[in-house]
Amino acid sequence: MKHVLVLVLLAVAAVGLSAQAVTVEFWHAMGGKNGEITTAICERFNGSQSDFKVTAVYKGSYPDTMNAGIAAFRAGSPPAILQVYEVGTATMMASKGAIKPVYQLMAEQGEKFDPKAYIPTITGYYSTAKGEMLSMPYNSSTAVFYYNKDAFRKVGLDVEKPPKTWPALFDAARKLKAAGYEYGFTTNWISWIQLENFSAWHNLPYGTKTNGFDGLDTEFTINGPMQVRHLTNIYNLSKEKVFVYGGRENKANSLFTSGQVPIHFESIGGYGNMKATCKFDFGVAWLPYYPDVPGAPQNSIIGGASLWVMGRKSPADYRAVAKFFTFLSSPEIQAFWHQQTGYLPITRAAYELTKDQGYYAENPGPEIAIQQLLNKPPTANSLGIRFGFMPQIREIIDEEWEAILADKKTAKQGLDDMVRRGNEKLREFERINK
Amino acid sequence: MAKQYEFSARGLPYLLVLPQMVIVVMFFFWPAAQAMWQSLFIQDAFGLSVTYVGLENYLKLVKDPLYLDSLVRSFVYAGFVALSAMTVAMFLAVQANRRIRGALFYKTMLVWPYAVATLVAGVLWMFMFNPNIGVLSYVLSRRLGVEWNYLLNDRQAFLLVTLAASWKQISYNFVFFLAGLQNVPTTLVEASAIDGAGPATRFWRIIFPLLSPTTFYLLVMNLVYAFFETFPIIHQVTQGGPNQATTMLVYKVYRDGVFNLDLGSSAAQSVVLMIIVVALTVLQFRFVERRVTY
Repeated sequence: MKHVLVLVLLAVAAVGLSAQAVTVEFWHAMGGKNGEITTAICERFNGSQSDFKVTAVYKGSYPDTMNAGIAAFRAGSPPAILQVYEVGTATMMASKGAIKPVYQLMAEQGEKFDPKAYIPTITGYYSTAKGEMLSMPYNSSTAVFYYNKDAFRKVGLDVEKPPKTWPALFDAARKLKAAGYEYGFTTNWISWIQLENFSAWHNLPYGTKTNGFDGLDTEFTINGPMQVRHLTNIYNLSKEKVFVYGGRENKANSLFTSGQVPIHFESIGGYGNMKATCKFDFGVAWLPYYPDVPGAPQNSIIGGASLWVMGRKSPADYRAVAKFFTFLSSPEIQAFWHQQTGYLPITRAAYELTKDQGYYAENPGPEIAIQQLLNKPPTANSLGIRFGFMPQIREIIDEEWEAILADKKTAKQGLDDMVRRGNEKLREFERINK
Repeated sequence: MAKQYEFSARGLPYLLVLPQMVIVVMFFFWPAAQAMWQSLFIQDAFGLSVTYVGLENYLKLVKDPLYLDSLVRSFVYAGFVALSAMTVAMFLAVQANRRIRGALFYKTMLVWPYAVATLVAGVLWMFMFNPNIGVLSYVLSRRLGVEWNYLLNDRQAFLLVTLAASWKQISYNFVFFLAGLQNVPTTLVEASAIDGAGPATRFWRIIFPLLSPTTFYLLVMNLVYAFFETFPIIHQVTQGGPNQATTMLVYKVYRDGVFNLDLGSSAAQSVVLMIIVVALTVLQFRFVERRVTY
């Protein structure tokens, strides 16, 4: 009995000695390969020094992770780092007492931190109007289009020169349809790609108050003539069966990967998946634009998620988080993350490093995405969007879009209803977060 | 008269039901009370600013035409799901209850779908009927000439989720109906047969009335199922679309609470849903149960 007691005491002492490192938790929504890479990055950090330890914990889908973080905060024990998807940004930002802004954390902890080292369209999405970075970008992607090179060859389209403008893309799609393909093109994420990115790409405002960056009293402006024209065009093509609707979110993927539809709009974050599932030669191309719009193409905007530092943690925890963020921003780690997952690097240095390593020679797709983001310095219309209740608003946009395609309303009516219903949600959000 | 058992210690019966009561209070009463409380406030996601608004969350629902549409739709949906799941299950149970070769095999096969998780059932139906890659949609559109696209056609979408939800519930109903049928005394059935009643008369005059307790129980369970438990199917197959054609009350509660973090409204909606189901159950016990012979 005595021996057992001694052993237990020794064991406790041993644990106590080795547990000197400050341990913080990092809750994330990265499943599969992306989750493995996330864990690998944390392990590298833990191995690089002995004072701090970051434990990556997978919490399920994006909404699950966000809900887990919120519940933990309400219960008084939030994780130090919480990954939140881009549509949750406004909610996090409005919850001032619940979060610790990253720029403030880095200043308090005396970490070297130069916001200019980052790619502006990425950090801009998570910064205040004054340029103060509130959360650390983690997995960022942007919208591009994928095209089936075999199909292009078959109908005599130039695989090296995919269509640059919308009219050219519509022609190509019609040509593919005429050559026997059931449909010419499809798209994922109607709201994110065909409205949010579309507006930024054509330098058009998505909402008032700098797309919501300057205050909660913002309103949508997406029922302008260009958006009406664009959705009307797609609607008309759906009647010609040149465009096909594949469902909400990323449900249209199977149309492209099965070879049925040769042109598909999707996130660059899906590049790895395309590589794994497409049994044909495919390419990635820049988002098209309407050539008569002055300033187009501007720059595309991001999607994905960022890391929020939660409030009510100890100074030692914040020290650990600051060190981890510095480590995470280093070119080597960013290049590793970028090349392993397909998500975009957040610093220019990591982009240059990847280029030097010759990664893009074999994987030209991701570079196109970065070039789109860097195409021009972002304007007030192309920094990103920031609206409360964004998940609900994207759902409203899906619903109205489906009503347009099902001949229940015209594109103009649908867009007007998106604005009206969206504004109602914005007012509710404004009231709740006063 | 059933035999009465007496406990010698007065506290013992309470002690014995205590574990069950703790579970019921913790997982049913407590969350329900919390939902009622939260429905009177508007608050941000983190609960940093909480404002008392009285019944405003409810008034907003009543004034929202989309919510009222969803309310009507949910009733139609629950009615269809309960009706089709119960009719099919009763038919199958009556057939499987006969002395036929391989009855055990049929019974096992018919009970199997019950083991499928609701979400997985949703995935199955989505793949079978996906307009672009689905096997059955291929048959529908290429062989039968139906223009099948539930992604845009709201009636087809509604039909699809109703079918999927009913299919999932058939096994459950089947088990109960089969058990009920096996309790019907054979003497009664045989006696009526001797008196010259045909199979249809025997079913409607003897078996169906004797099954009524089971049917009644299943009606309550099926409505509760359709109102509360089918949201994984909707989530997986249509996500409430196209437009709002399959947005049922329970799905809206889930979307508004979990995705949109609009806790006040989500709480108010779940209270409304709770009231509906309680009211339905009470109504059934008051009016339908009178016609039930135990």
